[in-house]
Amino acid sequence: MSERLLLTGNHAAAYGAMLARAEVISAYPITPQTMIVELLSELTASGRLAAKFITVESEHSAMAACVGASAAGARAYTATSGQGLALMHEMLHWAVGARLPIVLTNVSRAMAPGWSIWSDQTDIISQRDVGWMMLFAESVQEAQDFIIWMYRVAEQVFLPGMVAMDAFILSHTAEPIIVHDQDAVDAYLPGFEPLYDLDPTQPRAYGGLVNRDHYFELRYKIFESMERAGRLLIEAGDEFAEILGRRYSPVEGYMLDDAEIVIVSAGAMTSNVRQADKDLRDRGMKAGLMRLVAFRPFPVAEVRRLLAGRRKVAVLDRNMSPGHSGVFAQEIRSALAGQSGAPPVYGYVVGLGGRDVRVETVTEVVDDLMARDVPELALFVDVKGLPIGPVRPDSTINRLGPLEVAR
Amino acid sequence: MRWAVPEAEFMDPGTLGCQGCGGTLSMRLVLKELGDDAIAVLPACCWSIIDGPWPVHALNIPVFHTAFETAAVVATGIKAAKQIKGKDTTVVAWAGDGGTFDIGLQALSGAAERNEDIVFICYDNEAYMNTGIQRSSATPLGTWTTTTPDERPEPRPKKDIMGIMAAHRIPYAATATVAYPDDLSRKVRTALAAKGGMRFLHLLSACPPGWKMAADDAIEAMRRAVQTNVFPLYEVRDGREYKITHWPEAEVDVADYFSLQGRFAPLLADDALLNLVRNNVRERWWFLVERHQQSLRKASSPDGAHLH
Ligand SMILES: Cc1ncc(C[n+]2csc(CCOP(=O)(O)OP(=O)(O)O)c2C)c(N)n1
Ligand SMILES: [Mg+2]
Repeated sequence: MSERLLLTGNHAAAYGAMLARAEVISAYPITPQTMIVELLSELTASGRLAAKFITVESEHSAMAACVGASAAGARAYTATSGQGLALMHEMLHWAVGARLPIVLTNVSRAMAPGWSIWSDQTDIISQRDVGWMMLFAESVQEAQDFIIWMYRVAEQVFLPGMVAMDAFILSHTAEPIIVHDQDAVDAYLPGFEPLYDLDPTQPRAYGGLVNRDHYFELRYKIFESMERAGRLLIEAGDEFAEILGRRYSPVEGYMLDDAEIVIVSAGAMTSNVRQADKDLRDRGMKAGLMRLVAFRPFPVAEVRRLLAGRRKVAVLDRNMSPGHSGVFAQEIRSALAGQSGAPPVYGYVVGLGGRDVRVETVTEVVDDLMARDVPELALFVDVKGLPIGPVRPDSTINRLGPLEVAR
Repeated sequence: MRWAVPEAEFMDPGTLGCQGCGGTLSMRLVLKELGDDAIAVLPACCWSIIDGPWPVHALNIPVFHTAFETAAVVATGIKAAKQIKGKDTTVVAWAGDGGTFDIGLQALSGAAERNEDIVFICYDNEAYMNTGIQRSSATPLGTWTTTTPDERPEPRPKKDIMGIMAAHRIPYAATATVAYPDDLSRKVRTALAAKGGMRFLHLLSACPPGWKMAADDAIEAMRRAVQTNVFPLYEVRDGREYKITHWPEAEVDVADYFSLQGRFAPLLADDALLNLVRNNVRERWWFLVERHQQSLRKASSPDGAHLH
C-alpha cells in the first residue's frame, strides 16, 4: 500500500533508498544531509531495510565503499553535500570508469570558505564532467522518486547517477508526499543484475593498466552510454507514470505554449518561477518556464525544441563559473548555437549561498530582461547595493581596514 | 626444516615484476595460502603494473584495481556486498607502504577501528617505487631515495605502523617476510583463521632497483633485515598480546644488512647516524622482547583469562 506521509526532503531521500532496496549504504555526515544518514541508520538497524550500513571515516571512503560494493554486485547508495561531494571527486571518476550504477543524493550547498551550509548549486556543477547522470529535484516527492528513477536508468547503462536537492529549501522542509507501495516499486525496479560481480570462479582483473590502444574506446563507450541514458530517462519516466503514478521527464515546460519570454531554472527555486510566471501573465506578459530536470545527460534536443523561436530567454543559475558565466546558461547557449530561430540567452546569477530567490526576484529579473537589449553572459541579481547587471570591471577589492567606530 | 608449500598456484608466470621483487614473491606465497575463494584489491602501487596490462593478468583470483588511498575501504565495500549475498569470500587489500603508511592510512585506520572483516597486507619496499623511488614514511632513517638524496638523506625514523595497528586493537597483526616463507605462510593461515575482524600483515619486501642492489641479493637482504633485528618477526593479537616468532641465533650487526644495499650509503658514511640507528634497532628489539615476556606472564597468570 502506498502511504501519504509528511516528510522532509532528507527523510524522503532515505525512503527513496529504502524503496529502491539499497543493499550497501556508506555515508558520512554533513549538514544539511545528516538526517538522511541518521534515518538510514535507523532503517537498517531496525531491519526495515535489509542493507549493510558502513559508517566510514570520510566521504572519499563513502564513495570508495560504494565502488567496492557495487563492483561486487550490490546496489549501493550514499548521500552527501558540498565539501563532501568535492572530497569524493576522485572516486566519482572511479565509479564512472568502473561502470558502476551507484546512486547518490547531493543536498546541494555552497562551497567554503567562508563556511556556508545554504543552498547553492556550485558543489554539484563542479562535478559536471565526471560522467555521472544528474537530476535536480524540485520537491520533496521528487527527492524520493528520483532515486528510484535514477537506479532504473543507471542499472541499464552502467553509469552512476546523482540526485540534487536544495539545502534546507528541500532537505529540511516537510511536504506531504506519497511513499510508494513496495511491490509497485519492486515491479518498476527489479533487483540489480550486474554483468560482473568479482566472482572468484571468474578471476578477472578490473580497472587495471590499459594502454593507448584501448583507453580511448573505454571513454567513447561512456559517452555512448550517456547518450543512451538520455532516451532511457524519458522511457523510464513514462514507466514511472504507468507503475507509480507520476510522470517524470528530463525537461519540463510550464506555460510554454505561447510564451515569448522563457525563464530557465532547475531545482527548488523553480517553484517560485512558476508563481512568477502566473504573476507576469496577470500583467499581460507571455512568460513561461523551462525547467531542467536532467543536467547530465543534457537534454539538448528538447532544449532546442522548446526554446526555438522565443523572443528572449533568461537562465537562472544558482552557481557560477568565475571567468565565464552561470553554468546552466553556458549549456543552454551551447545547445542553441547555430540553430535557426535560436533566441538570445541572458544569464542571471542568483541566490548564491542561500540568498533567497523569491517570486519578486524572478519578476525583477524579467523586468531587467525586458529592458535589456544585449544578452549579457552573467548578470548578477541581488548583490548588495547594486542593481541587476554584469560585474563592474572598475570595482576594486579593498583590504579590510580597522573597524570604524560609529560616533 | 621441513614444511610443505601448497602446490596450488594462483599466480601465472610472466608478471611485470622486476627480478628479485619481494612484493611479487610475497604475493605468490600468500596466494597459495589464501586459496581460491578470495578477491584482491590493489590500490596504485607497483602491483598495479605487476599484474599485467589488459587483457591479460597474472593472478588467478579476481583483482579489483582502485585509487591509491582506498584499498582498505574498497575491500570493506566488497566484503559488505559479498556478505549481503551470503558469500564468505576472503577479501584482501594488498597495498604498498605508500598506500598503507601514508595516503592510505586514513581509510586503513577507519577499517581497522570498525574491525572490518578483511585482510590488509602491506608489502613494504620502504619507498614509492612505482613513481621512481621517492621517500615514504616507511623509509628508514639515513636512507637515500630520489627525494632524499645523498646530501640530505631521510631525516626521520620509519613510522611504527605495527604500533599504530596494535593501537586499533585489531584481532591480528603480524610482520613477516618471504625470506622466512614458513613463518609468512603460517601467519597468513593464522590471519585467515582469525576471520570476523581486521587482520594486518606487514611484509618487508625487497626492491632491488630501489634498494640499489643485485636482484639475486633480494632474499639475502630480507633475511639479514630479520637477523639484524632491523625487521623483527612477531605478531600481535588484539593489540596487546605480543609474540616474537623468530629469535635470531646470534647478534648480527646492522651494518651487515645495510652494506648489501646502495641506498644506505649516506648512513654507512656517517658513524654517528649509524650508531643512532643501531641504538634505535636495539631499543625497539628490547621493547618487543619485553612485550613478549609480559604477554607470556599474563597468559600464565590466574587472571590471564581477562587478557582479552
Ligand atoms: C592520489 C594519487 N597520488 C599519487 C599517485 C601516484 N602514485 C602511484 S603509485 C605511487 C607510489 C606507490 O608507493 P607504494 O604504495 O609504496 O607502492 P610501491 O610502488 O612502492 O609498490 C604514487 C605516488 C596516485 N596514483 N594517486
Ligand atoms: Mg613502496
